[in-house]
Amino acid sequence: MRRGILAAALGLGLSAVLAGPAMTEQSQWGPYQVGDVRSGYTYAAGETRDMQDDDFVNPAMLWVDSGAELWETVDGAAGKSCASCHGDAAESMAEAGTKFPVYFEPSGKMMNLEQRINFCRTENMKADAFKWEGQELLRLTTFVRNQSRGKPMNVKIDGPAAPFYAKGKEFYETRRGQLDMACSSCHVDNAGNMLRANLLSQGMSNGFPTYRLKWQGVGSLHRRFRGCNKQVRAQPYDYGSEEYVNLELYLADRARSLPVEAPAVRN
Amino acid sequence: MAWRLHSSLRVVLSAAIFAALPLAVAAEELVAYKITNKTSIENSLTGKPGDPVNGRKVAINRKQGNCLACHALPVPEQPFHGEVGPDLSAAGSTLSEGAIRLRIVNPKAVNPDTFMPAFYRNDGFTRVAKKFQGKTILSAEQVEDVVAYLMTLKGN
Ligand code: HEC
Ligand code: HEC
Repeated sequence: MRRGILAAALGLGLSAVLAGPAMTEQSQWGPYQVGDVRSGYTYAAGETRDMQDDDFVNPAMLWVDSGAELWETVDGAAGKSCASCHGDAAESMAEAGTKFPVYFEPSGKMMNLEQRINFCRTENMKADAFKWEGQELLRLTTFVRNQSRGKPMNVKIDGPAAPFYAKGKEFYETRRGQLDMACSSCHVDNAGNMLRANLLSQGMSNGFPTYRLKWQGVGSLHRRFRGCNKQVRAQPYDYGSEEYVNLELYLADRARSLPVEAPAVRN
Repeated sequence: MAWRLHSSLRVVLSAAIFAALPLAVAAEELVAYKITNKTSIENSLTGKPGDPVNGRKVAINRKQGNCLACHALPVPEQPFHGEVGPDLSAAGSTLSEGAIRLRIVNPKAVNPDTFMPAFYRNDGFTRVAKKFQGKTILSAEQVEDVVAYLMTLKGN
């Protein structure tokens, strides 16, 4: 992965020299920009990007590694581990990170990756669900999502997912809190602008779970949602709430075609 | 002894809860004001001129005006100035006092789509966090102080 990026960067550098000033800024970001859609990577500080690029430096690789252990760990009354059913994650989970949330027939709702992991634990392993934002769930989610690293985000929004997508979009565009701002106020209308010390990105979800320097650890997308709700003085929703899972679906579509980056590093 | 401490604590606690309730639920009374020509509030909300020195502090404070989140101001000691709204270094010579007041009280009265929050409004919002329900971002005094501060900014 890292080699690929380096080679791409070198290749681009060369063609930039050849093409001269006509070269658009567009291609500078390689896979991290698709058309006008830009990953948070392209807004992050250079040192932060360097941390993400090198697996030996990226602090979130600790979560991936300990997640790999959990993948193999037998737990629950059925005496099974994730690996008992899914085998080698590199193969069986190669697409999982690109396609959640998915419509889940039995509940008639959308289900995100964390919820799928917990469903497998309670139904297939007869083990307790992991706590939201607890280290076990973060590790396993980061590990599973990492299996799809580099693959384009590819969520389904038609068929039974369509009404949930519409709800997510409505959430995204609704002003909230005492500051009366919508997600789109910051991440669509003002992406690329400085909000005091923060450079506003397009608020893409392809890097989650993400290591944030501010958190000094890995956090879920729903933790980010709660933070963004709180900073406009709005009442956040619960982790795993329907509102947030629908919002996650809408964001996954906004990030369509960007590569899964999990685990990303951000300021 | 232990029991006595416990019960007196309980009294204090329940008193605190009841005292907090009306505050959290009922909206604060706002000072009534009149908008002229959809562009201006002519009269001071407090009936007095504000204090520009305190206004500068309120404009900088992240928990109060936090104007620097979006605007550049002549405040060199603060490192990051936002670029979302216009530079306000000459606001006092380009805008009238009344126009500045309305912009701060409720900028949505001027431009319904604006990104700028209303600093003296306490209803009509969606899902405000409990702590801020029924409250304005700034008090009437603070609004007047910021108005007075911006009126001192004449550019250079
Ligand atoms: C007041 C401005 C503001 C609002 C409103 C806001 N955000 Fe954010 N958001 C930020 C800032 C600042 C960051 C950190 C810098 C960045 O990535 O933009 C951020 C980061 C994010 C990220 C992480 C991007 C990455 O690459 O890691 C996501 C995802 C996100 N926001 C989603 C949302 C959603 C969904 C909403 C609405 C519920 C929302 N934001 C509302 C300011 C805002
Ligand atoms: C979250 C962003 C944001 C914050 C915080 C903010 N503003 Fe603004 N402000 C704007 C934007 C954007 C405009 C541009 C006009 C519009 O959107 O209608 C503006 C316009 C103004 C104007 C009119 C300027 C002109 O030349 O017409 C004044 C005056 C003003 N703001 C003062 C303030 C003060 C004082 C504060 C703090 C108490 C503040 N603003 C906080 C975003 C903000």
